[in-house]
Amino acid sequence: MTAALRHAEPCMGTVFSFDLREPYPRDGALDETIAWLHWVDATFSTYRPDSDIGRLARGEAEVGDCAPEVGEILALCDRLTEATGGCFSACAGGSLDPSGVVKGWAIERAGSMLRAAGSLNHHVNGGGDIQLSGGPGPGRPWRVGIADPLRPGTVATVVAGRDMAVATSGTAERGAHILDPRTGRPADGLAAVTVVGPSVTLADAYATTAFVMGEAALDWIEGLTGYEAYVIGLDGRSWATSGLRTEAPGVGTPGQPVARSGRSTMSTRSAIESATRCGRKG
Amino acid sequence: MKRAILTIVGTVAGLVLLLSFKTQSAPSGGAAAGATLGTGSGTDGGAAAPAPSASSGPTAGSGTGDGSGTGSGQTSKSTTRTVTGDTIDTRWGPVQVQVTLKDGKITKVQALQLPSDNRRDLEINNFAVPQLHQETLSAQSAQIDTVSGATYTSEGYIRSLQSALDKAGK
Repeated sequence: MTAALRHAEPCMGTVFSFDLREPYPRDGALDETIAWLHWVDATFSTYRPDSDIGRLARGEAEVGDCAPEVGEILALCDRLTEATGGCFSACAGGSLDPSGVVKGWAIERAGSMLRAAGSLNHHVNGGGDIQLSGGPGPGRPWRVGIADPLRPGTVATVVAGRDMAVATSGTAERGAHILDPRTGRPADGLAAVTVVGPSVTLADAYATTAFVMGEAALDWIEGLTGYEAYVIGLDGRSWATSGLRTEAPGVGTPGQPVARSGRSTMSTRSAIESATRCGRKG
Repeated sequence: MKRAILTIVGTVAGLVLLLSFKTQSAPSGGAAAGATLGTGSGTDGGAAAPAPSASSGPTAGSGTGDGSGTGSGQTSKSTTRTVTGDTIDTRWGPVQVQVTLKDGKITKVQALQLPSDNRRDLEINNFAVPQLHQETLSAQSAQIDTVSGATYTSEGYIRSLQSALDKAGK
């Protein structure tokens, strides 16, 4: 069994788990990374009234009064809203809530911190969204099980690779809980969407977006450079975009070949605008 | 997909038992298979527990799983204990887990109570519970390094689990 350093840390209402393989980072690096995650939680929490996001949402602070990371996240939210035709929003529920992008961003940055500290082979799993560096052992890829939402306790398939990110959005047995920002109603067209690509920040946002889009999601992901998707429908059928090699009999291919011309371009908008747009409804 | 070479490997039935244990290198042998997975409603997990099959995962490539997955758990002199953790009230509802230990090793974690309130912005999700089970069990599966799935709020889970482990004297 490959030696590994593991840690699970409750944070942001979920668990961040770390799995580090050799070479390990310098002493203290994991603790610093964990401390930073808690700082992110305190800064971006929508449940802590004294957080930057809480103060922004009540109009008690401007973006300039907040940590620089807040502006960074709000700008990222705006770019994603633009790139997804409004299917991704930092205010889907009517008030400012960028948590849809904060977690993925925090996972990715935690991985970067560990890598900068000398950890070349590790993964960081934040509530099921994962940034993976290197591999679990010499010559081996990470193997990531994709939880099957229709059969709890089983995985639907396995994605294998090195230096990648995997993020999944899904709905619960009890009902949908991801809101479509365009309608304000829960999205309920799919059982789960998994997005694979280089960045878990974007993979997570794209998975949420694709879930909201429903069946149009595969075509949309197909048009994104560097990102692939695996989708499970409410009836249990599954599809994957063309870049995921599928070896499972149960996995089909998208119905229509899709041109790569539809790549989303992101434009920049001001973070302040975002805060004013939905943060002041109070 | 430019950078990573990705492979989706499914099994024949599209199913891989999440808690399939790597048994080849377990020094004491008899790694437990067949953990019960909570369904989130407090009922018994419905997951059948077939032994990991060597036929699953065509690219596993590490030679694991051959034959070693079957017939485990027959150690005759083992002691099995079940310990129930405290009920932890979270802002989403009560959480309580129960652990089963065999010869001091956790072999099963079952959620007895999970929040039934559905707050969309917390992304409470049943389906990540098995993932927590897996992390708890440190299932260093030959087949899976980690699991991607929707998130489940787990403070209560962790705390209830900790209390169970405290009671068990681990």
